[in-house]
Amino acid sequence: MKILVTVKEVAEPEDDFEISGLEIDEKFLEYDLNEWDDYAVEEAVQLKEENDEVEEVIAVTIGPERSEETIRMALAKGADRAVRVWDDAFEAGEVLDPNAKADIFAAVAEEEDPDIVFTGVQADDDSIGGTGVALADDLGFQWAAVVNSFEYDLDEGVANVHRELEGGVEEVTEVDAPAVFTIQTGINEPRYASLRGIRQAQSKEIAPKTLDDLGLDASAVETPIGINDMYEPETESDAEYIEGSPEEMAQGVAEVLKNKGVAE
Amino acid sequence: MSDVLAISEHRQGELRDASYEVVTAGRELADETGGDLHLGVIGGDVDTYADELNLEGVDAIHTVDEGDEFNHDVYTQTTEQLFDATGASYLLVPHTVNGMDYAPAVAGKTDVPVVTDAIGIAHNGALEITREMYSSKVETTVDVDSDEAIVTTRPAEWEATETDGDASVEAFDVEIDQDAVGSTVTGFEEAAGGDVDLGESEFIVSIGRGIDEEDNLDLIEELADTVGADLGSSRPLVDNGWLPKNRQVGQSGKVVTPDVYIAIGISGAVQHVAGMKGADTIIAINTDPSAPIYDIADYGVVGDLFEVVPQLIEEFGGTPP
Ligand SMILES: Cc1cc2nc3c(=O)[nH]c(=O)nc-3n(C[C@H](O)[C@H](O)[C@H](O)COP(=O)(O)OP(=O)(O)OC[C@H]3O[C@@H](n4cnc5c(N)ncnc54)[C@H](O)[C@@H]3O)c2cc1C
Ligand SMILES: Nc1ncnc2c1ncn2[C@@H]1O[C@H](COP(=O)(O)O)[C@@H](O)[C@H]1O
Repeated sequence: MKILVTVKEVAEPEDDFEISGLEIDEKFLEYDLNEWDDYAVEEAVQLKEENDEVEEVIAVTIGPERSEETIRMALAKGADRAVRVWDDAFEAGEVLDPNAKADIFAAVAEEEDPDIVFTGVQADDDSIGGTGVALADDLGFQWAAVVNSFEYDLDEGVANVHRELEGGVEEVTEVDAPAVFTIQTGINEPRYASLRGIRQAQSKEIAPKTLDDLGLDASAVETPIGINDMYEPETESDAEYIEGSPEEMAQGVAEVLKNKGVAE
Repeated sequence: MSDVLAISEHRQGELRDASYEVVTAGRELADETGGDLHLGVIGGDVDTYADELNLEGVDAIHTVDEGDEFNHDVYTQTTEQLFDATGASYLLVPHTVNGMDYAPAVAGKTDVPVVTDAIGIAHNGALEITREMYSSKVETTVDVDSDEAIVTTRPAEWEATETDGDASVEAFDVEIDQDAVGSTVTGFEEAAGGDVDLGESEFIVSIGRGIDEEDNLDLIEELADTVGADLGSSRPLVDNGWLPKNRQVGQSGKVVTPDVYIAIGISGAVQHVAGMKGADTIIAINTDPSAPIYDIADYGVVGDLFEVVPQLIEEFGGTPP
C-alpha cells in the first residue's frame, strides 16, 4: 500500500512588503513548508511507521525548482521520495483553479496508485481550501475535509475520522478507502527533521515531471479564473492608538482596563 | 438574466447563520444579474427549515428530504442536480467546514470553475470576486471568465437576511446513487471541556504565535494572574500542545464575549476573529502595524509584547518572570 501526500512550498510576505503588478514583489517573500502540509506529512509517516503493509510515502508538489528545498524537508521527516511537477505553461502565473490543480495531482496519483492521499486543509498563501476534495472527485475516491483525528483499519479499508466543524463540535465519520483526507493542524505533533533525516533526504529522489510526462497538455491548466487586481486592504480600523515608550503604552492600556472596571 | 442558486446549511436540528447570510449574498448577486434567487434546503426537517428560510429576496425554495444530517455525497449529488434543474448560472455555497467538504466536488462534477472564500461578489457582465490571500495581508479581485461559476462565501461577511418573504416552496425530486455514497456520519462529539469556560469570562488576556516559545508563556500567565483575567489563545499554541483546547478562541474553539479582550501577538485571522469579535472592548498588542487584528480593535498598541507586557505587569503591582 502507498500513501501520497501533497506538499506545497508557500510564500510568506514580510510585515512590510510591496505589490508589483499582480504579485507581491519577490524580495519581500520568504518560503516555507505550508503549515497544514507539515501535519499531513506527519500523519502519512506515522501511518507507515505503524503498519508494515505501507510500502511508501510519496510527496508530490507543483512548484518551481526552488521548492525542492522545502520538499527536502518532507523527505527529511520521513517521506520516501518526491515528485515535483513543473512546466513552462505555469510560468505565466500560479495555477489558481483547484480543479486544474487536481487534474495534475490526479495524473500523478494514477501513476502511483495510492490507497490514501493526504493534503492540507488549505495553503497559507492562496487559502483556497479546495484542492483535496477536488482531487478526490477527480480520482473517483472518497474523501473527508478538515480532519483532526484519523484512524485507519487496513484490513477493512475503512478510515475512522473526526472532521472538525465550527464551535468545538466534531463530526465522526467512516470513510471507505481509497480516499483523500484534508488534514487540519493540531491532528498530531509534526516531528523536527533529525540530522540523520536531513542527511538521508539528500539522497532521496525528487523526480521532476512536466505536463507532457504526465500525459497532460497546457490546456490542463487553462482556467477562466484570473487575478485582475491585488492591493493591500484599506484598513477598517477605527482603533485609538496608544503610543509612546513601552512604559507609556503599558500605562495607556492600564488606564483603559481601569476605566472599563476589569482591573485595578 | 442569470439566476442564482444558494445552498443552506444546518446541523443537529438547527439552521446555521451562514444560511441567512448566503441568502443576502445570493440576493445581491441576483439583483446585479437581474435573475431569480433559488435556495436549496437539503436534509433534516426540511419543511421547518423552508419555513424559516422563506426570506425577503428568495424566489423559490427547493426542499430535498434526504437524511438527517450533512453527508457530502448526498449534498454533492443533490446540488449538482439542483444546479442543472434550476438552470441557475451561479451557485453559492457558504465557505464553512461542510461547504469545503462538497463545493469543490460539485465543481469537479459539473466542470464549472470554483472560487472559494469570497468576501465580495460583483457582476458587470462577468463575475468579479473579491478574496484575500497571504493570511489577509492582501486582497485580490478575481475575474471569472465563464457563464457559470461556483462561489463559496465567507461566513459573517454578509449580513443575515431576517425579513420574511414569499418564495414558492417545492419538494425537489433527486436521484441519489447510493453506490456513490462512501461515507457515513456516525455521530458528533464535543471537543474538550475542562477547568474553565471562556464563554463565561468577562476579561480575557489572549496570546498568539507572537509568544514564539512555550517557555515565554510564563510572562502571559503572570499578566493574566496579576490583572485577574482568564487566559485565552489563538489556535497554533493549542496545536503545539502548549495550552489545552479549552483555551482556544475562534471558529473551531470558543466563542467569547468578555467586557475586555486583550489580543497579544495575534494577527487576527478570520477564524480567530469569529470567536472574539463580540467582545465589548478589544485591545491589540502587535509588532506589525498592518495586522488585521487592528481592524476590529478599539485600542491599538503597536509594540513588542516582550517590552510592553512586563511594564503592564508592573503597572498592576506584579513582578514579571
Ligand atoms: C478550518 C480552520 C479553523 C481554524 N480555527 C481557528 C480557531 O478556532 N482559532 C484560531 O485562533 N485560529 C484558527 N484557525 C487558524 C487561523 O487561520 C490562523 O492560522 C491563526 O489564528 C493564527 O494564529 P496567530 O494569530 O496566533 O498567529 P500568526 O498569524 O502567526 O500571528 C502572529 C502575530 O504575532 C505578531 N508578533 C510576532 N512577534 C511579536 C512580538 N514580539 N510582540 C507582539 N506581536 C508579535 C505578528 O506580527 C503576527 O501578527 C483556523 C484555520 C482553519 C483553516
Ligand atoms: N502547488 C501545490 N503543490 C503541492 N500541494 C499543493 C499545491 N497547491 C495545493 N496543494 C495541496 O492542497 C492543499 C490545499 O490547498 P489549497 O486548496 O490551494 O488551499 C494544500 O495544503 C496542499 O497540500
